[in-house]
Amino acid sequence: MSADLERATYTYAIARPFHPSHLWGVRGVDGTAVHVVSDDALVAVVGTLPFTGADEVALRTKLEDPAELEAIARAHHAVVETVFERSVTLPFRLATIHDSEQRVVEMLRAGRQRFDQALALLAGRVEIGVKIYADLVSSSPTSGRGGGAVEDEGSADPGRDYLRRRREQLLDRASANRRIADAAARTGDTLARLAVDHRYHRAQDPRLSGVTEENVLNAAYLVDVTSIESFVALARSLDIDLAETRVEITGPWPPYSFAEPDAPQGAAETIGR
Amino acid sequence: MTELSTWTTGRSADDATGRYGSPAAPNLADVLERVLDKGMVIAGDIKINLLDIELLTIKLRLLVASLDKAKEIGIDWWEHDPALSSSGRSRALEVENDQLRKRLDELEAAACVDRGAPQ
Repeated sequence: MSADLERATYTYAIARPFHPSHLWGVRGVDGTAVHVVSDDALVAVVGTLPFTGADEVALRTKLEDPAELEAIARAHHAVVETVFERSVTLPFRLATIHDSEQRVVEMLRAGRQRFDQALALLAGRVEIGVKIYADLVSSSPTSGRGGGAVEDEGSADPGRDYLRRRREQLLDRASANRRIADAAARTGDTLARLAVDHRYHRAQDPRLSGVTEENVLNAAYLVDVTSIESFVALARSLDIDLAETRVEITGPWPPYSFAEPDAPQGAAETIGR
Repeated sequence: MTELSTWTTGRSADDATGRYGSPAAPNLADVLERVLDKGMVIAGDIKINLLDIELLTIKLRLLVASLDKAKEIGIDWWEHDPALSSSGRSRALEVENDQLRKRLDELEAAACVDRGAPQ
């Protein structure tokens, strides 16, 4: 198959079969068309990249350019979402590339059991993202209340008084922050009881999310389609209970966070990172 | 195929109104977090080592800081920097990854001490 060797096949997701017309006009990475490769009751949603193994460095270079990476990531996600709207979908991580479509068929065959198991878990379910943000009190001496600005009138040892105040301040802030983090973790666990499965992710970095408050909980929940409304209602009601925090609900997402069934499960992190 | 019929019922056909608390185009951080760090991992024929999202964030920050600085003093050194231009970058990237990881560990350790958090 020398023709195949000239190009590479990019896989976006595996899914249960759906009508191919749903992919008509859909464009993926680099604006390339998208179609399916089938094997029995599994389809891989793929695109053909104008790309050979020799161009690997070029792709890698692209993926390191922030603007290119964003375009590729959004294109990947758009295809996965299109599939997810039509069928049970197992999203793939970005940049899964084979030498040919035949190699994708081989992947479907070799991984059949793993794919079937994953799809069975995901059928009729969506991923809902729940993030909690809090305005944690800074422990920096130049910010926050007090800040050591109060004059020590008539104290015998202003230096020692300052240090004592400063220590008390830090302890106060640490305990306030801990209280918020614990409440966020409890909220995460409460929501987990209403979900089929859950994953606690690393806190998002404000530099990437653009949110300046601290991300004290970053969770993904696998929720039955029939319980989405009650799950979201519960998440929203918890928002009101936690006065110092803000809850952000995103989704429904294709179940990216649940694509690997054996991912390790931890308790809700408090302050992440 | 009964799965499919139950599947579509729960989802709104309109993306903009079927979502919770986010606009039609999801937040880039949310998308990157999912497509770079989640999703099924299959070893393809062509191996692309992606920066994970944490390293990516640090790299972006360094890049933005560097570009701002460069613009300030009117130079374009990044065009010649092996880590930022396309030639000879593979090795440079590995070294950079190691450096970023190390720096991240230091920052994390510092952050823990700063917050008085355990561990």
